[in-house]
Amino acid sequence: MTTTTAAALPPATRRSGLPGALRSEWTKIRSVRSTVYTLATTCVVTIGISVLFAWGQSESTSKQDLADFDPVRMSMFGIVFGQLVIVVIGVMTLSSEYSTNMIRTSLSAMPRRGVVYSAKLLVFTAVALVTGMFCSFTSYFIGQIFFRTVHIRELQGNARHVIAVRDLSTTLSTPHVLRAVIGGGLYLTVSALLAFGLAALLRHTAGAITASIGALFVTFIMTQFLPHDWAAKVDKWVPFLAGSQIWGVRKLGGSDIPMLSPWTGFAMFAAYAAVAIAFGAVLFRRRDA
Amino acid sequence: MIEADGLTKRYADKLAVDHLSFTVTPGRVTGFLGPNGAGKSTTMRLILGLDRPTAGSVTVNGRPFSAADNPMREVGALLDAKAIHGGRSAYHHLLCLAQTNDLPARRVGEVLEMVGLTEVARKRSKGFSLGMGQRLGIAAALLGDPKVLMFDEPVNGLDPEGILWIRNLMKALAAEGRTVFVSSHLMSEMQHTADHLLVIGRGRLIADCTVEEFIEQNSEQQVRVRTPDTARMAELVTAAGGRATTDGPRLQIFRLPVERVGDLAFENNIRLHELTALQASLEEAFMELTKEAVEYHAAVPAGAPAIEEAGKVES
Repeated sequence: MTTTTAAALPPATRRSGLPGALRSEWTKIRSVRSTVYTLATTCVVTIGISVLFAWGQSESTSKQDLADFDPVRMSMFGIVFGQLVIVVIGVMTLSSEYSTNMIRTSLSAMPRRGVVYSAKLLVFTAVALVTGMFCSFTSYFIGQIFFRTVHIRELQGNARHVIAVRDLSTTLSTPHVLRAVIGGGLYLTVSALLAFGLAALLRHTAGAITASIGALFVTFIMTQFLPHDWAAKVDKWVPFLAGSQIWGVRKLGGSDIPMLSPWTGFAMFAAYAAVAIAFGAVLFRRRDA
Repeated sequence: MIEADGLTKRYADKLAVDHLSFTVTPGRVTGFLGPNGAGKSTTMRLILGLDRPTAGSVTVNGRPFSAADNPMREVGALLDAKAIHGGRSAYHHLLCLAQTNDLPARRVGEVLEMVGLTEVARKRSKGFSLGMGQRLGIAAALLGDPKVLMFDEPVNGLDPEGILWIRNLMKALAAEGRTVFVSSHLMSEMQHTADHLLVIGRGRLIADCTVEEFIEQNSEQQVRVRTPDTARMAELVTAAGGRATTDGPRLQIFRLPVERVGDLAFENNIRLHELTALQASLEEAFMELTKEAVEYHAAVPAGAPAIEEAGKVES
């Protein structure tokens, strides 16, 4: 065994910065099984639940529901559950560095923290975006197959009988449909970024996952218990309801409760994530590692 | 070259590092010695910018570490061998570090070879023994072929072979003209590797000297004899200006060189069964020096011997 450092390194050609940090973060993400598994789980949950839901809808839809039938949202319903999985990756990307103390090694190799944080954020955004788009487009296309034959049923006696079979499927060229399908991928991405920001603030895996689920899911459930005049004022600002207008072609939420428009709502949702990420960045740079 | 100037770090209510000023120069191994909790690790974290100093400053090769163009080429550090993601293979761990500084990927294979981990390169580091983890940490430190190397308690938990390897590695790195800064709470460890010592206690600098100076100033010669006639021998020692304490058939003699003790016995016809030169262990000298500075005192059984035989080689 040699004790010297063998062949000398070629001299440096430039100052280390973002390009190297990006490659490093990509290596980090792909070289740990848990991220790969969690990404796969996100796809399985989102697409799986979407397909189940679309199948259920196609087998039995009542006449009254026909008016609100949203062939895009109905085909991507798994997003509601997929977001709960993708936030785990958003959190783990950062918090696993703290729980393993890897952060100290990372910051000893690249002490410019802004570079490390930006690289992590950019690489993770790209990974989440690809995952999100894969989930939304796959769910959408499978859903449309089911919606070609939607069974309209009516309660007659003790059983629901099919009174008509309709083709309720849509196409990407129909107005707003492409926006909504892309919106599904964007929604998943931004929910994961919100989780990333919360992880930067809390630096603790379980805490940040809880906070993310609280922000995305619990706030939404709470709106269901609000008195109507409160709901009319508050609901549109709730992250899930603001962000989810984009991934459907019809408004989500009670018909008499105002909601933000798809892009405005999504901008609001993205702003929540941006605030968490920005505060996270300040703390990431300032705190002792 | 590491230069600290009035470096101070306060955590909440505790002053971990208290106005430390020192220079660590290249070409030799500088030992950073102090009891547990003295502020050694904190100082190293301040050097790397992991923690922000409350006051004062520290530079590496003339600049703050975070300003280095290619940080890994300036400093390679092993602060905590467990500061790795256990789910990542040794190879990918090193690769993701190398990429941050645009180091060629082949460098990863080289350092793995250097530390002898080539065979387990693709294994997840979760399953590594403490010694393998330590080697992986050293591989990471060597990646950038850095001018400055810092090791925090590198021999902790290593087997004798690993300890010897690290000692030789540190000496070789210093011989190549690099700055080698290594912390330990064990004086005996420093005795084997360091050329120069920085001793701290409770965050303050207690000594900044060569190992020889430290030994000279802080250790006392002792001689042990075993004789059937301890009483007479003790009298002679006292008469010659020494001091003797009895321990059964043995005498512990202070302030007289071993030759003098031997001559005394010979001239006075005293039968000796044993004549051994002892050196008060540096451990003891170090404890004496840092006694005031120890953060946590444990109850030590009175009279516990802390003497080691001179010349005994530890490995």
